Amino acid sequence: MATILNVRNVNKTYQSAGKVLSVLENINFEIEAGSTVSIVGPSGSGKTTLLGLCAGLDRCTSGHIELNNINLDSLSEDKRAQVRNQYVGFIFQNFQLLPTLTALENVMVPLELRGEKNIRNKSIELLEKVGLSNRGHHYPAQLSGGEQQRVSLARAFSNSPRILFADEPTGNLDAETGEKIQKLLFELNRDAGTTLVLVTHDLELASKTQRIIRLKGGQVISDELTHQALSINS
Amino acid sequence: MYESNLPQKMPLNFSWILKMAWRDSRKNRSRLFLFISSIILGIAALVAIYSFGDNLNKDIDKQAATLIGADLAVFSNRPLSPKALKLLDSLKTLNPKISKEQSFASMILFPKSQGTRLVNVRALSGSFPYYGDLETTPISASQTFRTRTDALVDKTLMLQFNAKVGDSIKVGKVTFKIAGILNKAPGQTGLSSSVAPAVFIPLQFLEKTGLSQKGSRINYNFYYQFPESTDVNKLAKKLDAPFEKEDVNYDTIATKKENTGKSFGDLTKFLSLVGFIALLLGCIGVASSIHIYVREKINTIAVLRCLGVSSRQAFLIYIVQIVGIGFMGSIIGCILGTLIQQILPIVLKDFLPLEITSHISGFAIFQGLILGVLISLLFALLPLISIRNISPLNTLRISFAETSLFKDKLKWLVYGLILLFITSFARLQLQNWLQTLYFTAGILVAFFILYGIAALVVWLVRRFFPASWSYLWRQGLSNLFRPNNQTVILVVSIGLGTALIGTLFFVQDILISRVSLSSSNNQPNMILFDIQSTQKNAVATLTKKQGLPVIQEVPVITIKLDEINGHTAADAKKDSTLNLSKHVFSREYRTTFRDTLTNSETITAGKWLGHVKDINDTARVSIEEGYAKRFNLNVGDRLVFNVQGLPVPAIVGSLRKVDWSKVQTNFIVLFPKGVIDEAPQFNVLVTRVPNNKKSAEYQQQIVTKFPNVSVIDLALVLSVVDEILDKISFVIRFMAGFSIITGLIVLIASVMISKYQRIQESVLLRTLGASRKQIFTITSLEYFFLGAISALTGLIIALAGSWALAAFSFETAFKPDLLLIFGLFTTITSLTVFIGLFNSRGIVNRPPLEVLRKDV
Repeated sequence: MATILNVRNVNKTYQSAGKVLSVLENINFEIEAGSTVSIVGPSGSGKTTLLGLCAGLDRCTSGHIELNNINLDSLSEDKRAQVRNQYVGFIFQNFQLLPTLTALENVMVPLELRGEKNIRNKSIELLEKVGLSNRGHHYPAQLSGGEQQRVSLARAFSNSPRILFADEPTGNLDAETGEKIQKLLFELNRDAGTTLVLVTHDLELASKTQRIIRLKGGQVISDELTHQALSINS
Repeated sequence: MYESNLPQKMPLNFSWILKMAWRDSRKNRSRLFLFISSIILGIAALVAIYSFGDNLNKDIDKQAATLIGADLAVFSNRPLSPKALKLLDSLKTLNPKISKEQSFASMILFPKSQGTRLVNVRALSGSFPYYGDLETTPISASQTFRTRTDALVDKTLMLQFNAKVGDSIKVGKVTFKIAGILNKAPGQTGLSSSVAPAVFIPLQFLEKTGLSQKGSRINYNFYYQFPESTDVNKLAKKLDAPFEKEDVNYDTIATKKENTGKSFGDLTKFLSLVGFIALLLGCIGVASSIHIYVREKINTIAVLRCLGVSSRQAFLIYIVQIVGIGFMGSIIGCILGTLIQQILPIVLKDFLPLEITSHISGFAIFQGLILGVLISLLFALLPLISIRNISPLNTLRISFAETSLFKDKLKWLVYGLILLFITSFARLQLQNWLQTLYFTAGILVAFFILYGIAALVVWLVRRFFPASWSYLWRQGLSNLFRPNNQTVILVVSIGLGTALIGTLFFVQDILISRVSLSSSNNQPNMILFDIQSTQKNAVATLTKKQGLPVIQEVPVITIKLDEINGHTAADAKKDSTLNLSKHVFSREYRTTFRDTLTNSETITAGKWLGHVKDINDTARVSIEEGYAKRFNLNVGDRLVFNVQGLPVPAIVGSLRKVDWSKVQTNFIVLFPKGVIDEAPQFNVLVTRVPNNKKSAEYQQQIVTKFPNVSVIDLALVLSVVDEILDKISFVIRFMAGFSIITGLIVLIASVMISKYQRIQESVLLRTLGASRKQIFTITSLEYFFLGAISALTGLIIALAGSWALAAFSFETAFKPDLLLIFGLFTTITSLTVFIGLFNSRGIVNRPPLEVLRKDV
C-alpha cells in the first residue's frame, strides 16, 4: 500500500519564558493510505501538537512531514490551506462548526471552496447519511452535541478527503452518544476508504483502529498493530 | 516527493466571499451596526455641513443681488474727490437709478425712556434697495419714511428700549418719528445688528441733525441700478483702476457673490473640519470595536483556515462585512445629515446675510457615502489585517498572538494610508499645504496628548486608588480594566468632547473677565469721541460738572500713508520685490500728537522725540512695533503721510510697544508736537463713570447738548462682546456636541461588546452571594469612574489650553470658574453613568440563568 503520511525526525519546540520547551522529539512513522491509526498518550504528551503538524496546521521545528507525497515544510500557509482543502478532513473534540452557518451550509463550505457543482444535493446526501436530513436548516446552537458532531462528520467527508484527522471526536459527548458517533465515523471511513488518524486518550476507541502510536513526554514509546489489523491481515 | 500532487491554486471565488460575509454576519449584524454607528454622527455632521454649503452657494447665486441691493455700490470713507465725483457723474449717461447714503456711528436718544445708544445711522436718499427689501413692520414704513422726518429703527434697539412704532428718537438735533421696525436690510446679519444696530433716516434731514460736520467719520455710499442692457461687470472692470486711484471701493453683484461665497466657504470648511474630528473619533471607536470583534472571530477564522480558506479569502470576508456595514452606516449618516441640515440655517442665522434653503444635496450625500465607506474601511483595516495571521492551529488551542507593529509592514502601510487620507481631506478644506500640515500635525499631536493624558489619568487612578475602600468601589474600578476593555479610547473620545466644550466656556469667561477687569480699579470705562475742537472745553466742563474725572483728552487726526522710502502704492503693486503691502497705503490711520508717551507705551527701538526742532524739521514718528514688523517698517524709513490732502514727510524715529488692553486711546502712528497740530481733528475724552445710573444720566446730557459726540460705554461693549460670544459659542457647542455624542455612542457600543463578560461577572458574583443592589452599585461605580476619568482628562486639557490662550494670546491671568468646572464634571459623569446603566439594565435586572440562556 502507498504511504499517505510520512513523518521523519520531527521535533517541535516552543520558547517559553526565555527557555526552550521541547514538545516533540525525534518522531518517526509512516501511515499507509486507507489505514486507521490512533495516537494515544497522557495529557501533555504532545499528541495534539503532532496532529496539528501532520495535518499541516503548524510547522515542525525540524524534520520532515510528507502528506500525500507533498512536503508540508516547504509550503506557505496558504499552500497548506489548499492541501487541507483537497486532501484533508477534520473532526474536532468541540465540533468547531461555524456558528453563523446552518448545518447544511457547514457541510457545503469545503465543496464551495473547491468550486464544485451540485454541492447542495451532495451535502444533503451526506446529512442523510449521518441521520440529520431534517436538521439541515438548523444552526449549531440549535443542535445537541451529538448532532453537532454528526454535522462535523458530514463536513469532514464532504470533500472526499484522502486522510481524516480526528481530535478526541467523542471527548465532549456522553458514553451512549459517543458510541454512536464512533460507529458512524468508522462506517463512513470504511465506505470512503479514507485514512483515519485519531488522537485520543480513550484506549477503547483507539483499539478500534488498526494501529496505535503511543506518545509520552513528546516521544513515541510504542507503535503497535491492534487486533483489528491482525484480524484484517489474517 | 511528488510535488505534482500539489493542488492547483484555488481561485479567489469572490461570489463565495460575498456569500460567506453575509452568512458570517448573521448573528452579528446588530453588533456590527452598533460599531459602525460611531461614525454615523460624524458622517451626518459632514453631510449636513456639505449640504448647507451647497445650498448656501446656490442661494448666494440666487440672492447675490439682494445682498448688495443694487447693480453697483460705491463706497468711500471720506468725501469723494472732484475726480471721483466726475467718474460717478459719467455713469449718469447710462441712465441708472441712483441712491445716496451717508452712514456713520452716532448716539441716538429715545426721549420716552431717556435711553441712549451708539448706533449706525444710515441717511438714505433714492429708492435703495433695488433688489430685495428693507423688511419693516409695518411693511409700508420702508417707503413712507423716505420723505418725512421718520426713521426705521433696528428691531433689537426697539426691544432694548421698549420702543413702539409712533414713538420718537433724537438723532443729533432732529427728532424723528419711528415709522417702522427694521427687521432686515440688504447684507445685514444678526451679528451686525448686535454690534451696530442700524437706524435709517432720510438723507435730506442729515444736515439738520448737525452730525455731518467736517471731521466727522462718515461713509459715503452710492447705489446704482442700471438698465438691463448694461454690462455691469465690464463697466466695473473699466472703473477699477480709476476708483483705486481715488481710494474709492465698489461692489457689484458678481464681486459680492464672490466675496460672500468665499467667506462662507471658509465658514463651511471650518465647520467641516470640526465635523471631521467627530468622524475621526468615531473611527477610532470603530477600530477599537472591530479589534474586539476580530478577537471573537478567531475560532471561526481558524476553522475556515482548516477547511482550506486562504488568508486572503478570510481577510476579504471581513472586509466585505465592514464595507457593507460602513455603507449602511453612511446611508443612515447621510439621512441624518440631511435632517440636521434643516437645523443649521437656524444655528447660523445670526451670521447669514441671506435666506438659506434646505434642499437635499445629491453631491453632499455622495461625498458622505464615499467618505463613510472609505474611512470605516481604513480604520477597520488596522484590526482586520491581523486576520491574515490567525493560524488554523487555533482550532486545537487558542493562541492568538498579535503581530507587533514593527513586524507587520502592512500595519505601517495602513497607518500611512490613514495619514494620507486625513491630509488629503484637510487639504480639500484648507487654503494651502502649510495650513494642511498644521491641521494634520495638530490632529496627531492632539490625539497623542489626549491619549497620553487619558492613559496617565487611568494609570494614576489605578495606582493610587485606596486599597482600604470597600469592595464595591474597588470592583467598580477594576471593571474598567477587564480584558478587551475600551477604557482609554472611551476616555479619549468623551474627554475630547469635554475638552472642546470646556475650552469654549473658559475662553468665553476669559474674554468677558478681561473686558470687565479693564473697567475695575478706577480704570477709565467710558470714551467720548467725535468731539469737535470747538466743543472740547464745553464737553470737559460738563464732564467735570457731573463730578466725573477727565482722565484723558486727545486730539485725533485721520491720515493716510502715501510713500515709504519713496515708493508709492502704485510702485508696490507693480513691483512685488519691494515687499510692501497694499494695505499699508490703502488704510486710514487715526493719529495724535504728543510730547510724551503714556503709561501704556514703551519704546523698543530708536528714540522718541516729543518735539520737532523747528518748523522745517522732519517729524520723527513712532510706529507700534507689531504693525511695523508685520509691514516691514524700520527705524530710519522715510515716510510721506497725507494729512487731509497735504503731504507731510516723516521719518520712523522709534518703534514702541503698546498695551492695547487698556481702555484709553492708543495709536499705531504717533506724531511729535509741532507738525500736525493744526490739522482738522476731532477730540476724544476718556472718563470713568461710577455706576449705570450715572452713566445713563451723563450720556443723556452729552447726547442732548452735543448730539454729534459718540459715547462708547464699557458696559455696552461688555454686553455686545457677551452677545457675540454667545452666538459664536452656540455654533461651536453645536459642533462639539457631535464629538460628545460620538463618544457616548462609542460607550454604548463598548457596553454592548463587553456584555458577555459582564454577564459572566454578574453571574459569578450572584453565585457568590452578591445582591442585585450590590451588582447595580458596582456597575454604577464602573461608569462613574469612566465618566469621572473622561471628564477629568477633558477638563485638564481644557484648563491647560485655556491657560495657554490666556497667557500667550490674551495676555491676561486665568482664573477658572470652579462652579463651571464642577458643573461640567458632574454633567459629563452623570451622562456617562446614565448611558452605561441604561444599556446594562438587562444584566442587572434579569436572573443570571435566564440571561445566560438568552444572550450567550
